Amino acid sequence: MSLKRKDLLSLAPLSVEEITLILQTADSFKEVTGREIKKVPALRGRTVVNLFFEPSTRTRTSFELAAKRLSADVINFSPSSSSVVKGETLLDTARNIEAMQADIIVLRHSSAGAAETLARGVKSSVINAGDGWHEHPTQALLDLYTIRERGLSFDNLRVAIVGDVAHSRVARSNIYALVKLGAEVRVVGPPTMIPMGIDKLGAKVFYNLDEALSGVQVIMMLRLQLERQGRALFPTIREYARLYGLTAERVKLAEAGAIVMHPGPINRGVEIAPEVADSLSSVILDQVANGVAVRMGILYLMSGAN
Amino acid sequence: MAIVIQGGHILDPGRFNGIGDLVIDNGKVAAIGRTVSLPAGATVVPATGRLVVPGFVDLHVHFREPGFEYKETIQSGASSAVAGGFTTVCCMPNTNPVNDNQAITEFMLERARAAALANVLPIGAITKGSEGKELAEIGDLRRAGCVAISDDGKPVMNSLVMRRAMEYALAFDIPVVDHCEDLHLAEGGCMNEGLISTELGLPGIPAAAEDVMVARNVSLAELTGARLHLAHISTAGSVRMVREAKSRGIKVTAEACPHHFTLTEEVVRGFNTLAKMNPPLRTWQDVQAIKDGLRDGTIDVIATDHAPHAAQEKQQGFTEAPFGIVGLETALPLTLALVEEGILSLESAVEKLSTAPARAFGLAKGTLAVGADADVVIIDPQAQWEVDPVKFRSKSRNTPFAGWKVKGLVLTTFVSGRVVFEAPVPA
Repeated sequence: MSLKRKDLLSLAPLSVEEITLILQTADSFKEVTGREIKKVPALRGRTVVNLFFEPSTRTRTSFELAAKRLSADVINFSPSSSSVVKGETLLDTARNIEAMQADIIVLRHSSAGAAETLARGVKSSVINAGDGWHEHPTQALLDLYTIRERGLSFDNLRVAIVGDVAHSRVARSNIYALVKLGAEVRVVGPPTMIPMGIDKLGAKVFYNLDEALSGVQVIMMLRLQLERQGRALFPTIREYARLYGLTAERVKLAEAGAIVMHPGPINRGVEIAPEVADSLSSVILDQVANGVAVRMGILYLMSGAN
Repeated sequence: MAIVIQGGHILDPGRFNGIGDLVIDNGKVAAIGRTVSLPAGATVVPATGRLVVPGFVDLHVHFREPGFEYKETIQSGASSAVAGGFTTVCCMPNTNPVNDNQAITEFMLERARAAALANVLPIGAITKGSEGKELAEIGDLRRAGCVAISDDGKPVMNSLVMRRAMEYALAFDIPVVDHCEDLHLAEGGCMNEGLISTELGLPGIPAAAEDVMVARNVSLAELTGARLHLAHISTAGSVRMVREAKSRGIKVTAEACPHHFTLTEEVVRGFNTLAKMNPPLRTWQDVQAIKDGLRDGTIDVIATDHAPHAAQEKQQGFTEAPFGIVGLETALPLTLALVEEGILSLESAVEKLSTAPARAFGLAKGTLAVGADADVVIIDPQAQWEVDPVKFRSKSRNTPFAGWKVKGLVLTTFVSGRVVFEAPVPA
């Protein structure tokens, strides 16, 4: 079985069956990543290009490892070393890559819609590795995988997404997927960081973190982009941490055994207290580990390999 | 030699509405009536079943010359205008260099004369370089032929500068046109702020960014007594405030663009750069408010904000692509759709495209009165056609209406009695 899509751009249009298929496919690759020889020949002879217009270590490395463990040839392409600085458009860059017979292009870009624009212009499969504030589908899928791995069922699962929802592609992808899977999604943050109409996407809006955490099974923290302080979104990091930082005390407001997630990189002492990040409830490193398996699953399904 | 447009439905808003003949002689309207005596040797243009109206007047176009000739020139823009039935167009000054001095105005007028198609009337900048700081030489601009002043593309953010511009403009009785957008509220935005911008993760421009500037401009018009014209209003709030201002006798006129009464922000989905314009496409409620404003006269004028951009510019990502669409060759059928919908009478639709814009800027245009320049359009109001951007006279093709089946076709356009456009005969 494979995904009947050329591209993976967004979780908004994915069906529950497609999401489930991706998670199940990741299961078999999770097993591979636990082996001593962490490599299978599934994508031998295929070429995966990581086209990253925004700095990223975690996501790029994760895709690179995933592709290599599937025996694909991997090229990393980033603007500092490319023709982008010479004024070439995104589409022309991608067409050049395509002309070199890339099977899959993994794109990270600072503009919402970049992956969709690219996908319309090339025959290669495009995987969105984050576009502006829009979506980060593979991150949400690895989050789902991690939740499921903890034995939690999505139906009626209570999840709090905490922080700068307005500027978060991770939040959007998770909201789309979790609502679709039947979870109750709460978003919490200062009103300046809650985008207009988010309730219409099925999320419940809270401005008070303590109230939002009451009874949840999953706490998903978002990274605070510290440079936004100057943009009148919040007065100081100090006040942000006091109002929206996840402390050990606050974790107790959630259901016993609740898990704490974070897409990374974390700001210790800002959105998450160090003792929470390092606690048993934290699954932050599991997310990273699962990222490779989930991306192996996605690359496998997108390549149409059987 | 005289021309007689015979047997058409002549519609000169407020003056004549019925079947009749129109006589053009020496570039002027010589006679109009149910029965006119045919001058000897006159060329007869049969117009039975056709609509005969004053040439349209567009208060808001961007012809890109000087500086961005790859998008549009005065020649190609004027050619697009007459193909759309527009015989008079007012060119915004956001060229490069900006039309903030007499020399640029004279250059534009010279190019327009060379093109010899439409009447191309420049709009001068309010401030030097349209930077919003120091006043441009508005007196010189007026004398050189500018018909209004505007920093369009940008608002005049500094309210004191706007006040002074309005006061200064009183000396020349020249309308002051503002693009109403609070740049702080709109910062970085590229579509209407709301549910769809949230879904797409695109930075939004709230309706309030327009509303606060409309409120400010209306207050300043009241303070100064200036003739204020509001470019491309797009929100329910703007319509409400203009209605209220008019009821209090403030000298304000307003325009709306066909895309703002035809499309909603839904069209942006899929990151469609042809749906990216400023002000952005708004919600269904805003579209209804614009239609109400057109119906009750709050919005005087339909203008296109014709904004050509090259294909490679619109092929960029949504956030990088420039704002704007071309509009001259689609405005007529989109306006006639309001007549079909029962929003406007045919007469008021024609008025908002001709007589009303001429009145707003004080132009001796937009009428078929005897003695007026014979700027006339013959329209087949029933003809159905499909919008094909490849056939545009404009240099640019950036329209969201490609493939639309529309009704109402320009057959012949006269400027000062001379045929400047004839619809190609279908093969």
